Amino acid sequence: MSTTRPFSRRLNHAVEGLMVWVLRFGGWASVLVSLGIVVTLVTESWPFFAQVPFHRLISDTMWTPLFADPQYGMSALLAGTLVTTGVALLVAIPLGTVLAIYLSEFAPASLREVVKPMLELLSAVPTVVYGYFALLTLTPLLQKIYPDLPQFSMLSAGLIMGIMIVPYVTSLGEDSMRSVPMLLREGAFALGDGKLGVALRVVFPGAFSGLAAAYVLAISRAVGETMIVAIAAGLQPRMTINPLESAATVTAFIVQVSLGDLPHGSIGYQSIFAAGAVLFLMTLGFNLAGHVLRRRFHRAS
Amino acid sequence: MSCAGGFIVLPEHFFQRQKKQAHQRRAIDRWFQRIGLLLTLMTLGILGILLLNLVGNGLMRIDWQFLTSFPSRRAGEAGVLSAWVGTLLLMMVTAGVAIPFGVAAGIYLEEYAPKNKWTDFVEINIANLAGVPSILYGLMALGLFVYQFRFGQSILSGGLALACLVLPIVIVATRESLRTIPANIREAAFALGATRWQAVWHHLLPYSTGGIATGVILAMSRAIGESAPLITIGALTFIAFLPPTPVLSHPPFLSFEWLFSPFTALPIQMFNWVSRPGEDFQPNAAAAGLILMLITLSMNGAAILLRKRAQRNIKW
Amino acid sequence: MNPQSASSEVTGGVNQSSTKVRIEKLSFFYGTHQVLKSVSMDIPALQVTALIGPSGCGKTTLLRCLNRMHDLYPGNRYEGSVHVQPDGMDILGPGMDPIQVRMRFGMVFQKPNPFPKSIYENVAYGLRLQGMNKRRDLDERVEKALREAAIWDEVKSRLHQMAHNLSGGQQQRLCIARAIATDPDVVLFDEPTSALDPIATSKIEELIVELKKRVTVLIVTHNLQQAGRISDMTAFMYLGELVEFGSTNQLFTNPSKPQTEDYISGRFG
Repeated sequence: MSTTRPFSRRLNHAVEGLMVWVLRFGGWASVLVSLGIVVTLVTESWPFFAQVPFHRLISDTMWTPLFADPQYGMSALLAGTLVTTGVALLVAIPLGTVLAIYLSEFAPASLREVVKPMLELLSAVPTVVYGYFALLTLTPLLQKIYPDLPQFSMLSAGLIMGIMIVPYVTSLGEDSMRSVPMLLREGAFALGDGKLGVALRVVFPGAFSGLAAAYVLAISRAVGETMIVAIAAGLQPRMTINPLESAATVTAFIVQVSLGDLPHGSIGYQSIFAAGAVLFLMTLGFNLAGHVLRRRFHRAS
Repeated sequence: MSCAGGFIVLPEHFFQRQKKQAHQRRAIDRWFQRIGLLLTLMTLGILGILLLNLVGNGLMRIDWQFLTSFPSRRAGEAGVLSAWVGTLLLMMVTAGVAIPFGVAAGIYLEEYAPKNKWTDFVEINIANLAGVPSILYGLMALGLFVYQFRFGQSILSGGLALACLVLPIVIVATRESLRTIPANIREAAFALGATRWQAVWHHLLPYSTGGIATGVILAMSRAIGESAPLITIGALTFIAFLPPTPVLSHPPFLSFEWLFSPFTALPIQMFNWVSRPGEDFQPNAAAAGLILMLITLSMNGAAILLRKRAQRNIKW
Repeated sequence: MNPQSASSEVTGGVNQSSTKVRIEKLSFFYGTHQVLKSVSMDIPALQVTALIGPSGCGKTTLLRCLNRMHDLYPGNRYEGSVHVQPDGMDILGPGMDPIQVRMRFGMVFQKPNPFPKSIYENVAYGLRLQGMNKRRDLDERVEKALREAAIWDEVKSRLHQMAHNLSGGQQQRLCIARAIATDPDVVLFDEPTSALDPIATSKIEELIVELKKRVTVLIVTHNLQQAGRISDMTAFMYLGELVEFGSTNQLFTNPSKPQTEDYISGRFG
């Protein structure tokens, strides 16, 4: 055999060997990207963290690294991120969960098939468009209710961000609720429970780690969202937890500095990498937690 | 409820109570049914309002002049020519990088990778990459592509940043669509003497093109709408010229000079107009937003249809 | 024990002919497909009645008619009537709420399906649904149900641990405790031992025999030996029809219909 068609066989062998390496390199690309992000953030923010005493990051109450008399209060940026994220989650988690319960347990299959992809369109809207909508439509609307609301407010940005995140919560949540076995629901129905009772008392706990993963990933989205807050929440770092005020988030600060002239190695350049490193650590934590929860859910069901 | 003395002896009112409880539960269910439907419609309604708003404010502004003019200080004369050309060229770079790498990585992880710690790590890494805020891809591109590799604030840097951003989407879509192919198809190919790559090339890839294409479209739609990473690499500048053309009339007929050209893109242009004080540029912003929305929504719509058709055509 | 004296009194008084559930001309349709064809039978109180027959004969469908489980899915339709004594409620009657029906019928499923909750909360679930909220009452009734399901000694020290940590047989006994905690009139068993090993199976069987002292039991089984071991009455179903219904002894030793004989002697099914 091996003498009759040696060439094609050797060719096959060579192609096979080559393709393994080509594909393997593709697999490495994702690791290289991660590596690129981590290495860039570490090396470019290093001078900043080396230069700024750690206690000032904690104790300063303002974040003005570019001023002549610089202040390095990271918490002023984190406050903005915290508030916008909080507002967004107050919208996205209840609304997303109710929609997930409705679509998974109540809606007829035909409606669900139509609604789910349409909801996903909501998360496909470019964030700059959401920013436009928050600034030029929602904020004027809110100002009618509360006239003292400034043109830039964390409330407006947070609300729209919440709407953007709803599909993440609903889609993941609905998937995990639907993978709860019917047998479990029947057990509760057989005891005489109603649909909402079964949903809340049996399906919800049964799908909890899946739902928790959805919530955690939603938090990560909100923390990292940039354009909506940069457009509608304002670009000035401010130490406040009042959502009716304007304040910059970690991400908005990076945008604000990037808009200006940014020579390599300047303090501004270093400061956005410092902000980016903090952002990376926060989202990394949430992403890993979400990943673990999702895996646990898939293993359990 | 009475349970004194035995089980069978239940007072008459006990059944009445069960009846009442049943009615209560039924009523709660009916209420939730209504609330759920209402909230679903309201949430979808926001998408409608958003679109109507853009149409109302921006549709008037979209005309030939708008599509063929460069940005200008005067709102009425400004247009999106450099923006949409920039977006188009960015997408060529992004697609050219993200699709081959993403599909290769997906095939490798699904069909080749051994089950070990390293593969676990790569999986966690991809899960995390999918959740990394887009602006961090911008910072990476700024540090790495713009300064380290000296690509400058160019289409190449921007396209690469977006390619890294959507890489996880392509990988995940490829893996998921390969995973739906039953194991016996692979076994059938191996039983005929196919090598692993032949099984992939002759069978698995053709059977999963629908799913992969869906993922690629979604990835591109995401990339088109992204602005944060582009702003970070410094793309927000006044660009009143087009990049050099990729096709030449003389040998060697192809030029890659455009890769290193500064650029703007549709979402960047829109951001620029939104963030200007005053109302002059708002119709421009709405018009650019409307174009963006139409592109992303139709791409997503196409992806949904494609996914439906792929699911309907192939039944295992 | 108090319950025993009460129940033995009832069995002694009304004898075995007292009917608990009277099924009359019950037909059931999945869409246009008729699965049950005019089934009529009287299920005696405080006895174990087994439903046997080849798979697809409609025995599980019949069982699930009795607590209206089919209402959970669209396109299903019932005809006929099912009256529950002593009050004569027609569970298929117009305006009858399936939820109300289910509160009177306990059900145990093919596979153990404990809720993702603690052992205690699993048993308390039905009690809470019927309006019992006081901790003391709940504690008492949960313990009673667990004792009756012969699992109390195994779980009393870990009532607040998750039910999923129990073995398959324990889970199924927990599900039985959950079903009987609310003192249902009838408990429906849908092949309750099909997912269990022989030892766990025999425990469940003992339990079912014990249970009939106080509740009426209807059990679907594909295991003829099981029907012979534990049931007083047996119904043989075939192609959606009730072929023969009589005392287990008579049906197994001297069936009156040839199809029954064929099935019992293992010629088909």
